[in-house]
Amino acid sequence: MANKLIREIGLPKSIANIFAARNIVTAKDALSLTEFELMELLDVGWAEVTSAVAHISAIVCPPYQSALSLMEQRVQNEHLAGHLPTRLKGLDEALCGGIPFGVLTELVGPAGIGKTQFCLKLSLLASLPSSYGGLDGHVIYIDVESKFSSRRLIEIGAKSFPEIFLTKGMAQKMSGRILVWRPASLSEFTERLQQIKVSLHRNEVKLLVIDSMAALVSGEYEQGIPRQHPLGWHVSFIKSLAEFSRIPIVVTNQVRSQSRDEACQFSFQVQRWKETKEDQARYGSHLVAALGVHWAHAVTIRLVLEAKSGQRFLKVSKSPISPPLAFPFDITASGMSLLSDDGIDLTGPDINAIRSQGHSDIINFTGESLQ
Amino acid sequence: MEVGRLPISASQRGKLISAGYTTLSSLSSLSPSDLALDLRISENEAAEILKVASLGSRLDEPEGGRAIVNGAQTAWDMLHEDEMFPRITTSCLDLDNVLGGGINCKEVTEIGGVPGIGKTQLGIQLAVNVQIPVDYGGLGAKAIYIDTEGSFMVERVLQIAEACIEDMTECNGLLRKDFQAGQLKMHPNNILENIFYFRVCSYTEQIALTNYLDKFISEHKDVKVVIVDSVTFHFRQDFDDMALRTRLLSGIALKLMKLAKEHGLAVVLLNQVTTKYIEGSFQLTLALGDSWSHSCTNRVILYWNGNERYAYIDKSPSLRSASAPYSVTSKGIRNSASNCKRIRMM
Repeated sequence: MANKLIREIGLPKSIANIFAARNIVTAKDALSLTEFELMELLDVGWAEVTSAVAHISAIVCPPYQSALSLMEQRVQNEHLAGHLPTRLKGLDEALCGGIPFGVLTELVGPAGIGKTQFCLKLSLLASLPSSYGGLDGHVIYIDVESKFSSRRLIEIGAKSFPEIFLTKGMAQKMSGRILVWRPASLSEFTERLQQIKVSLHRNEVKLLVIDSMAALVSGEYEQGIPRQHPLGWHVSFIKSLAEFSRIPIVVTNQVRSQSRDEACQFSFQVQRWKETKEDQARYGSHLVAALGVHWAHAVTIRLVLEAKSGQRFLKVSKSPISPPLAFPFDITASGMSLLSDDGIDLTGPDINAIRSQGHSDIINFTGESLQ
Repeated sequence: MEVGRLPISASQRGKLISAGYTTLSSLSSLSPSDLALDLRISENEAAEILKVASLGSRLDEPEGGRAIVNGAQTAWDMLHEDEMFPRITTSCLDLDNVLGGGINCKEVTEIGGVPGIGKTQLGIQLAVNVQIPVDYGGLGAKAIYIDTEGSFMVERVLQIAEACIEDMTECNGLLRKDFQAGQLKMHPNNILENIFYFRVCSYTEQIALTNYLDKFISEHKDVKVVIVDSVTFHFRQDFDDMALRTRLLSGIALKLMKLAKEHGLAVVLLNQVTTKYIEGSFQLTLALGDSWSHSCTNRVILYWNGNERYAYIDKSPSLRSASAPYSVTSKGIRNSASNCKRIRMM
């Protein structure tokens, strides 16, 4: 809408011609100038400028909907009112049915905690026929870290849905719906994202997984704050992809250790600086999500996977629908499973902390059990 | 008074000045044909200029000697008017207290905080609370929700609306046990129906919508709160020209402030945080830079203090700087102590 041509929105001919003569072609060009600048540039009076701007604005402005009609639309047109169930009962309940369509869901956690496992499971669920509660669609899996394992995918499928995967030919059909793509660089990724936008509709893609987002920039991401975020464009593009194709998008994020003078305080809080420092030492958590606060604002749901004294936890750390909850989980042959469906309430620093205490023990343990 | 202040095009102004017409009084006794001849312009154009000029000089004259500056108000009148305007409760008593009773109508309030602190929750809560009927100490009005991030969840609005109605029914039961007549006739769907939702996908659309709001609100007179969630998002991506960004943002801020004043409604802008290097260490601060921080009347920062969520009044012309705890529950924004779930009414 922003790129509407001024000559095609029904302004009076005389003023539309003045806009054209001054090379103000699109609505974006016109609205990027203040009324005063327009007066100077177009050499017309105040009254003409304001009425022209009002007209352009009314055309460009998106239409409104009441929240009620929005909800009715979702319930009517979409499977499960726009959610992809994760089959983890506690998590599905907390998220009102599963991973919502149209927004970004992020998984953060230390290496080996189970992010990729969770993504594999979700890919399977989206490709399942709808009679089995799936979305019956294709999945695009962008595998930046080259961690996708087809064998593991089939294993999870066979263990979780034996009735489907043991039928002849079904395993091939299901895994045939999952398209894995490995970009070599950020620029290749950028290029391909735009092609994906076109193919999303054509191929009935029902889920997009990016594993992981952080790996794309880890080489180029420097400590400190760049003026413009390297993923700035991607953030808004991926969000709009989710929004307009109404599919869930799941991205993973790595962790890095917190640098010493990392910002976590507002200036009016500074007097308590020391105190908080000690707090953090006590919690033993020096890990933070690799992509910074800018990225964190952009994701709608953030799920943290962490390990604490030998136990893995899945935490709903940011969500507009669910209170912060933690679920203990385990990785089994059939993928992730929750040990309890009743979430533990979280408060304060616990919500955002990412721990990896005693984590290496579990890796060995589950690594053996998988073989 | 200078001709330079008239809202006419630059070339017309140039012609006036070069022909010697610098003051409004020099224009006052002219006929359109004289002026047209003098400036070598068409008679229509000359008539237009004279019309604008006479309007300008009339505005400049003191009205009946009473008002020294036209359109101004005395401080006493303003105080009276301030008291007339209701406030929108946040459903958290402590937060209402530091805000002087709630979010003020006629003012622009900016609310910022780290991801996951509850900005969107507070936004949704206000969109629901503005609809509390007048009998229950509310405004009985409607809300506009401008979503730039796509984080608006209808499921959550429904939850909060249901909880709000539940609380009102409870309060109803306490106040008038004997009356059957005072039954509350409100359904969550009514609340959802009265939230006008705009999804904005680019900064151009955001500017367009800001311009268009004036017309929209004139058509929907009972809108009393406009929530922008968030004002930051589109201005943070893909913007190379920082000077242009500042200019556009201040334009938006001015228009929203005018909107708040003219229609007597509350404008709530949600903002993200960024990091800034101050005095040798990195600190959190609200996004969009220093010039933006001047453009809102009130600024509230949400932050973590130990295990509790706090709101801090960072800037306000009338409120002292203070902080108050709040919590986000399944019912929405509430007091931080879990045993105190009373909602502020009457």
